Amino acid sequence: MKVSLFITCLGDSFFPRAGIAAVRVLERLGCNVDFPEAQTCCGQPMHNNGIAAEARALAARMIRVFEGSEHIVTPSGSCAAMIRDYYPGLFADDPAMRFRAESFVSRTFEFSEFLLKVLKADLRSLGARWEGQATYHYSCHLRGIGITEEAVRLLRQIEGVEFVPLSMPEQCCGFGGTFASKYPQISGAMVRDKVAQIRATGAGTCISSEPGCTMNIAGACRRERCDVTFKSLPEIIAESLGLMNDIPASEAGR
Amino acid sequence: MSAAPQAAGDHPLHVQLPYDMRPRAGKAIGDVQLQQFVGSATSGKDRGRRQIFAETFGERADEIRRLAGAIKQHTLDHLDWYLDRFIDAAEKAGVLVHLASTAEQANAICVRLAKERGCKLCVKSKSMVTEETELVPRLEAAGIETVETDLGEFIIQLDHDAPSHIVTPMIHKDRTAVGRAFARELGVPYTDDPLKLARIARDHLRQKYRKADLGISGANFLIAETGSIVLCTNEGNGRFCTSAPSTHIAIAGIEKLVPRMEHLGVMLKVLARSATAQPLTCYTHIITGPRGHDTGEHDGPTSLHLILLDNGRTEILREETRELLRCIRCGACLNACPVYRKVGGHSYGSVYSGPIGAVITPLLKGLENYPDLPQATPLCGACHEACPVKIDLPKQLIGLRRRMAERGVTSLWERLGYRAWGLSLRWGWSYRLAASVQRWVLRRLASRAGSPAGGDRIVSRGWLSRGPGPLAGWTSQRDFPTPTATSFREWWKARGGQT
Repeated sequence: MKVSLFITCLGDSFFPRAGIAAVRVLERLGCNVDFPEAQTCCGQPMHNNGIAAEARALAARMIRVFEGSEHIVTPSGSCAAMIRDYYPGLFADDPAMRFRAESFVSRTFEFSEFLLKVLKADLRSLGARWEGQATYHYSCHLRGIGITEEAVRLLRQIEGVEFVPLSMPEQCCGFGGTFASKYPQISGAMVRDKVAQIRATGAGTCISSEPGCTMNIAGACRRERCDVTFKSLPEIIAESLGLMNDIPASEAGR
Repeated sequence: MSAAPQAAGDHPLHVQLPYDMRPRAGKAIGDVQLQQFVGSATSGKDRGRRQIFAETFGERADEIRRLAGAIKQHTLDHLDWYLDRFIDAAEKAGVLVHLASTAEQANAICVRLAKERGCKLCVKSKSMVTEETELVPRLEAAGIETVETDLGEFIIQLDHDAPSHIVTPMIHKDRTAVGRAFARELGVPYTDDPLKLARIARDHLRQKYRKADLGISGANFLIAETGSIVLCTNEGNGRFCTSAPSTHIAIAGIEKLVPRMEHLGVMLKVLARSATAQPLTCYTHIITGPRGHDTGEHDGPTSLHLILLDNGRTEILREETRELLRCIRCGACLNACPVYRKVGGHSYGSVYSGPIGAVITPLLKGLENYPDLPQATPLCGACHEACPVKIDLPKQLIGLRRRMAERGVTSLWERLGYRAWGLSLRWGWSYRLAASVQRWVLRRLASRAGSPAGGDRIVSRGWLSRGPGPLAGWTSQRDFPTPTATSFREWWKARGGQT
């Protein structure tokens, strides 16, 4: 199966290990992975801030870059949601582009969704093993496109993972893109709640695939001295399959 | 903000425009008591709502929301037609219908009607639209004593405070504040026993019902087919207000219409469940006309007036914002909203708070007057998932941000910033250049600040605890990670691409 990875702009610069893990897991599951190098950003920051012309231009670029791709897989639920919820609407007055946007939407998958829905992955049969306690941070935008338990189902397929759920998994961590910088007090109060919930699980590892959420929560954990290691879902799966031994997680663990 | 009574003239909803949300939000976040009350009340209600929807509708919970939304949307799509039908039917039933374009007009009609009838004492049931028009002070100024009879609103009125939630107006108060207000304003001995407090309020209000010559209510729904006014309450006060006094004036926004009685079943089902996690409110009052002389009815008001209010609604009726008028004021989006939980209702600086308030307040009162409201949200979508009529609030918030950018409400620097950011992402070379500059600057800042950056180049990063410029807000609350030494695309290139 041919898969094109959409790494996302934050993932590219801030979380390359997650992208590498995604490539290796997909390859381990038999996919032929490609990375169209012309890709940049889905345009969500511009769209969410009301700069419609820029959002449209970037969406058009994305559609062009991935035109020949069979399946587009991204580790970010937020960017997947941007594509699914808003791309066709951006071209409401341009039927040809709207059609291309809809085709793009139908070929785009978030990583956990792709593993379960399309690949019907069974990590157990591959001998996935990872020892430790882990909790999982649900990203709001992932839930918004109807993907809720997929990541946890995958975690449960890994032998040795002791999954400890968060007390209020549905509550936003307070990232919200530029919101975090524009309304720091509100965002700060929200993320401190999330840190407290993570602390209460007692787990040493928090699984979070959303680059934005991870930057926010990990940054707050550092500030609040909550000693938790952050990992994306592709990373823990790749580690459980012994695919990441050459790139150990950083000493600081975050 | 929570416990202290509001001094007269310091009304929480009378704010300076353009309204700056930050000071109040900051104060609310620092108020431990408020955080506790609002946090536990909203999350409890949100849990209750989800539970009762799941229990009643199971897998089909989403379907009933879609149906309720479709009923309202259909009515709004043909609002002129349904308004005509409603007015005809209501007038046939003996209701005197008045049309008001503005809040001021609605209040003036109400005051005129009250004065014509020589009314002295008005009992009023809970109504958001009268909060919107600020009717009560107008009635009082005209010499008509007006008593809020919903327990929460009664307390708010006694304490010279303002409601901070659409459904539970005193969500920001606790019983000790109520006890103090009762002792101060009603001259009763202080108690914070809820049962005793309720008894005091009940005794006080019964006296008022007996003497009142005017009852004022809002409306939860208006039924076009029959001309009926539907009221949903839990305390029975609405029934007193609309049946004891000889005159009843109802005020309703034009968006309250549903086509037929059969649609009410769906709307009542989702309203009570969304608002208070009840299968049905304790009282559902369907009022079709005043006391019928021909039919020999013995109770009810002899005259019934309905004021239909526009006040900006026809502006919202334009296609891109029309769905907002589906709102049935259940408050579910407030309860689900992580921002509302932190800042409380008064931080929105207007009658309507929470996600729905963040959208309709700027639309009703001007974007330039409330520039923070569409911005102070992470767009998490909890409101959209909670909404019983499926209003896409995140999309509406983004729509307002777009209007702000187009009309220059957003600052020029900010718009230029996004423009430049967007432009840098349009070409491969500019993206790579911007990413390298960003990495170099951030990593240099972090290493200067002594933040360790170790491990493999793929994981090596530093942290900023004090960021420059646009990062200052971020780092005032939490650390900011730098990019890693090597990006994903560099790794991909080094690997030699597809294998």
